[in-house]
Amino acid sequence: MSEHSTYTPGNGVEKWLDERLPIIRFSKEHLMDFPTPKNLNYWWTFGAILVMCLGIQIVTGIILAMHYTPHVSMAFDSVEHIRRDVNGGRMIQAFHAVGASMFFAAVYIHIFRGMYFGSYKAPREILWILGVLIFVLMMATAFMGYVLPWGQMSGWAATVITNIFAAIPVIGTPLLELLRGGFSVGNPTLNRFFSLHYLLPFVIAAVVALHIWALHVPGNNNPTGVDVKDSRDTLPFHPYYTMKDAFGMVLFLIPFVWFAFFAPDILGHPDNYIQFSSTVTPAHIVPEWYFLPFYAILRAIDFNILFIDSKLGGVIFFGGSIVILFFLPWLDTSKVRSGNFRPMFKWFYWLFVINFVALTYLGAAPAEGIYVVLAKICTAYYFIHFLIVLPLLSRIETPRPLPTSISESVLSKSHA
Amino acid sequence: MATQAQHSTTRRDFIFVATGSVAAVGAAATVWPLINQMNPDASTLALASIEFDVSAIPEGQSVTIMWRGLPVFVRHRTPAEIEEAKAVPLSDLKDPATDEQRTKEGHEQWLIMIANCTHLGCVPVGDAGDFDGWFCPCHGSHYDTAGRIRKGPAPTNLVLPPYEFLSDTLVQIG
Repeated sequence: MSEHSTYTPGNGVEKWLDERLPIIRFSKEHLMDFPTPKNLNYWWTFGAILVMCLGIQIVTGIILAMHYTPHVSMAFDSVEHIRRDVNGGRMIQAFHAVGASMFFAAVYIHIFRGMYFGSYKAPREILWILGVLIFVLMMATAFMGYVLPWGQMSGWAATVITNIFAAIPVIGTPLLELLRGGFSVGNPTLNRFFSLHYLLPFVIAAVVALHIWALHVPGNNNPTGVDVKDSRDTLPFHPYYTMKDAFGMVLFLIPFVWFAFFAPDILGHPDNYIQFSSTVTPAHIVPEWYFLPFYAILRAIDFNILFIDSKLGGVIFFGGSIVILFFLPWLDTSKVRSGNFRPMFKWFYWLFVINFVALTYLGAAPAEGIYVVLAKICTAYYFIHFLIVLPLLSRIETPRPLPTSISESVLSKSHA
Repeated sequence: MATQAQHSTTRRDFIFVATGSVAAVGAAATVWPLINQMNPDASTLALASIEFDVSAIPEGQSVTIMWRGLPVFVRHRTPAEIEEAKAVPLSDLKDPATDEQRTKEGHEQWLIMIANCTHLGCVPVGDAGDFDGWFCPCHGSHYDTAGRIRKGPAPTNLVLPPYEFLSDTLVQIG
């Protein structure tokens, strides 16, 4: 969208630089002048909030790596050493641990915002797919990071999650031993998880760059879902959205620092303050809250499906629940983007949200009695939403009339 | 000449494909050691075999020992437990195996199994579950007194390590 740039090099140095590496021009086009729909609400500030979260994790993480020891005999103690001895280590470790939870809270809001306002629809399919890819990378990074303190939950999470790969027919067991570097989770596993946990955030940062690139080709979606038609529909990103995003960040930091200051361990599990023992599994092994919906799906499949045994079946549904997100742009074929103008979709959207929250609850509940039945129902509905409800709604629903432009919808609202 | 080149395979095409193939093999040969370094190393493989004296375990109790980094249950079963396991018809089992197949002849009281649930690898709790054997707290798999899967998501019975009795009380695992 270089046609919107008003950049003219201000002095000789800028002109010299502009002819060789137009980095100032690029920054002005994409960070300052970028035309942004004028009706974006606060749900749209989560993109910037997520960039902030990634930054916090990388900065605190690099510092923690200066004091952490990735060895089975020292890892647990080195985390305690960070929390007790390192100058300010208590807060830096708390921000990193709480930061992971806040990062996921923000990414779930960001994803559900995209789902409600149809931000995955043409021409933003690649943008959405890159977003799902970032989500997958985040899950891998968070999982490996959780293993590093080498507590009971760390070690058993590593055991259970690597075991998922053993369900793959034929290559499962060799693959499991390749991932662990042994017959069980041990020092080689911890070492490689540390190495990859350090690497992946930078891979995420690179995919975020692609994600923003893919955003800046079609430009932002907006709450009406109507395309930008002319310059009356947009505002320059700076100062209008830099300030709105900054305010969103400040609001988001309030619960963030509350957790870090007053309840840094409340989102974790007491069992993780016991060093990992490969002979005793904690009575209730539960992943971090942000994995619970997918964990509930994993264990909901406790029956064989034809020739597929229950273990592989669980893994297929678990993987499928994430892979299906990549196909969302082609499952929902309604031309109307925003849920605000889709009277039936709106209800099913909230039903899906409730179902997702229910899966979160069930993922933490013990695998017995009514919870097992409910988990199966909610798992089934998760897939029904994508595979039946969305394609069907696109065919039978009559959307409400759309505003002719963004500026018209903004003006009509101010009169009402 | 131009039309001839489009329709026939030239010596040059062959050289291109051959060069590309050699380069692909070379790339794969270079990448393999970079992946293979992740496989279990020599120090891990060196711990493949152990000996264990079972005589200290009283009847009705079990111990957990380590073999290749894996926990292993050694249970001294009571006659009642053996009877219970033998009484189960094979048609009731998800992964059919007789009690004889689960133990060594003449040593039926000793049940030796890798202590990782065959679902996702947690260590099941002993003397628990609906079948008086083991119960896995992670995802609710129940095993009977022969370590066979009876209920829950685990696909197979608890795995038996390769082992043999060197004497009445000394067992070699691995």
